[in-house]
Amino acid sequence: MTAVRSTSVEGGGGRRAGMSATTTTAVPATAPKAPQAKRGRLSYPVLLLIFAGALLAVCAVRAITGAQDVTSSGQISGMLQMAVPIGLAGLAGLWSERAGVVNIGLEGMMILGTFFGAWAGWQTNPWIGLVAGILGGMLGGLLHAVATVTFGVDHIVSGVAITLLAQGTTQYLAKRWFNTGHAAALGGNPKQSPPIKSVPSITVPGLSDSLLTIEHHHWFLVSDLAGILGGLVTGLSYFTVLAALLFAATFFVLWRTAFGLRLRSCGEAPIAAESLGVNVYFYKYAAVVLSGGLAGFGGAFLAMVPSHIYNEGQTGGRGYIGLAAMIFGNWRPGGLAMGAGLFGYTDSLQLRSGGPAAHALLLLLVILLVLLAARKVYRKSYRQGVLSAAFAALLLVWFLMTDTIPNEFVSATPYVATLLVLALSAQRLRMPKADGKPYRKGQGK
Amino acid sequence: MKKIDKERLLLGIAAPVLALLAAFVVTSLVLLATGKQPFDAFQIMGSYGVKSDSQVYILNKATTYYLAGLAVAVGFRMNLFNIGVDGQYRLAAFAAAVVGGMVNLPGILELPLIIIVAMLVGAMWAGLAGLLKVGRGVSEVIATIMLNAIATAIISYLLQPGRLAHLDANTNSVHTTVLPKSGWFFTFTTNPAAGPIEGFIVVAALAGVAYWFVLSRTRFGFDLRTVGQSESAAQASGVNVKRMIVTSMLVSGACAGLVGMPTLLNESHQYATDFPAGIGFTGIAIALLGRNNPGGIAVGALLWAFLDRTSNWLEFNGYDKEIVGVMQGVIVLSVVVAYELVRRYGLGRQQRRVGEQLAAAARNTAKQEQEAAI
Repeated sequence: MTAVRSTSVEGGGGRRAGMSATTTTAVPATAPKAPQAKRGRLSYPVLLLIFAGALLAVCAVRAITGAQDVTSSGQISGMLQMAVPIGLAGLAGLWSERAGVVNIGLEGMMILGTFFGAWAGWQTNPWIGLVAGILGGMLGGLLHAVATVTFGVDHIVSGVAITLLAQGTTQYLAKRWFNTGHAAALGGNPKQSPPIKSVPSITVPGLSDSLLTIEHHHWFLVSDLAGILGGLVTGLSYFTVLAALLFAATFFVLWRTAFGLRLRSCGEAPIAAESLGVNVYFYKYAAVVLSGGLAGFGGAFLAMVPSHIYNEGQTGGRGYIGLAAMIFGNWRPGGLAMGAGLFGYTDSLQLRSGGPAAHALLLLLVILLVLLAARKVYRKSYRQGVLSAAFAALLLVWFLMTDTIPNEFVSATPYVATLLVLALSAQRLRMPKADGKPYRKGQGK
Repeated sequence: MKKIDKERLLLGIAAPVLALLAAFVVTSLVLLATGKQPFDAFQIMGSYGVKSDSQVYILNKATTYYLAGLAVAVGFRMNLFNIGVDGQYRLAAFAAAVVGGMVNLPGILELPLIIIVAMLVGAMWAGLAGLLKVGRGVSEVIATIMLNAIATAIISYLLQPGRLAHLDANTNSVHTTVLPKSGWFFTFTTNPAAGPIEGFIVVAALAGVAYWFVLSRTRFGFDLRTVGQSESAAQASGVNVKRMIVTSMLVSGACAGLVGMPTLLNESHQYATDFPAGIGFTGIAIALLGRNNPGGIAVGALLWAFLDRTSNWLEFNGYDKEIVGVMQGVIVLSVVVAYELVRRYGLGRQQRRVGEQLAAAARNTAKQEQEAAI
């Protein structure tokens, strides 16, 4: 009858299910999946080899083009700073979707995180701000859980509504709380909070300086490694460390504990889980509220680490990008971290107006495409091979004809990259089976 | 039969009424908590909203919102979430403004040209997401969100002096070439004191009628709704689901192309950096509010325009106009919850009634058997 209603028939699984829903109707969905999943997973040695190859290619590109910013420590620490909020948003999405609830309200929960984080942060200290941001995000998560789990509202509809509500509420409260009295005197206004104290950060004494010296020599590979390492150990915020720990903790809890197994079972087959005595509602609530908290952390990070201030519209769609990073990472923390790193890198490029560096990376893209073309030809799929080669040639021409990339294009890179990656790999990805599908208690009886 | 219809109507109205009530209560609580008088605020809004110049403003604003709501609703009816109306209408309006500024034809050609360019560009941008979905299995939600951001980047690249725009030395704003007078849409005035009503409202109304006709009176509309209810059932009955997905994305995008037109053809006559953004998301809210029904969307669009209009007056009276944002958010969230509650209640009633009927029939047969045995 309406979107709200009809989705409960086929499921918000219309999401990403375009192909599968139309083609797999006649195929039994159980047996043949396992070997395919195995083929997609890479073993650690292969993964390391790919990393090493990528690193070499990047070094080569830097050496050829002379765009030192490609692997400079500034660029890498910028990347880390931009990647953390995206990664946390993705982690939030991971928790929620692993329990079967699509959370497109992440953007709203991040907004709550930036606002409440800054509100508590400017009055006290960043740590209390962080707690407030997480609690604010949890509040958004709780709302989403009530709407989707208890009331069975379509997940995407509820997510959009929560984002709208979060925007409206924070705008109103910002005007009431940041534009009056003491806050206004310290520089607050309706769209901005007073400044927050810096989050303490770690710089490894001695190591950072020596790495910086090596980096400035611009030696092939050595300086690149020094730049990357230097970026990772210089001015490392405690919040970043905490975020990294959360990634590890997520992997451990979701894949190595009974709690995690039950939570994931709610995302794969809630009815089966129910029949085994799992309280599905409890796990869904827990996952979505935790998801809100993680998104709130991402928001609080955004307000306190890169900028020391709450700004209206500060999240700038990072909640959605986080979701994209999660899909990119095939609903797993490791892949998600890589996706977030990629987005963080391009974000950092744009902030540092890295037109020349982005231009140098065009060459990297050319190399990758040539490799892809060779692989396709080797596998005897000539049409795709020729197509990749043609793209490589076009990019090479672009590379040779210009010496920088307009900043607007740099800013669009993560989005184009997401689309390309999804277009190339969407069929290999496997989302939790009951993701986005409505579930009501007692369905299994 | 008639009785059931009345009941359905009642249930249909119950949800929005419940949602509005919830919004009133929550907003009042927020106002009270921040030390403001809620009832005065509602009174101020009510009395200001019915003034004749307010009414004209509301109608003009609602025209844009209505088109956005329709664009989103086309997808919703088919279970497609076109989050990308936002990027589609901005890119479409930008392209239309550039093309319209370049050529100077008589109005009878100029206006259709601009509008068609807008619809084509909007359709193309949405169609990309549709193709990615059917060809590569990419969720339209993610694809359209990415396309929104890419549209922003494209516009900010092209909207620069020396590319497709000029720098206005007086106002220091960057904009496309102003449309020739032949590219200005007509306006009409009912009350000189209240200002002119934009003529594009006629187009919006026509779009609403077309939406109603196509969806409920043609085979295409039937197929579309079938796919929305159950993809597998549609496939089994011979609907080409993939083609339907692409087609409805194209239609949704073409409709999104119209969203920027009231502003472009009736107000600004150019695309500048301050061209309104974010209306696509408003459209989602309005489509949800109106349950994808052309009449309901109209009510939603008018309500949103009313809230927008009265917010400025609230500010003038010592309230914060941002309270309207809270109100809008609460309305959307409570409306979706209320629809679901009402749907469940209706379903439960129906099941009980059928159950009673079946039980009665069983009793009857049992009785008859008993009588026969005797």
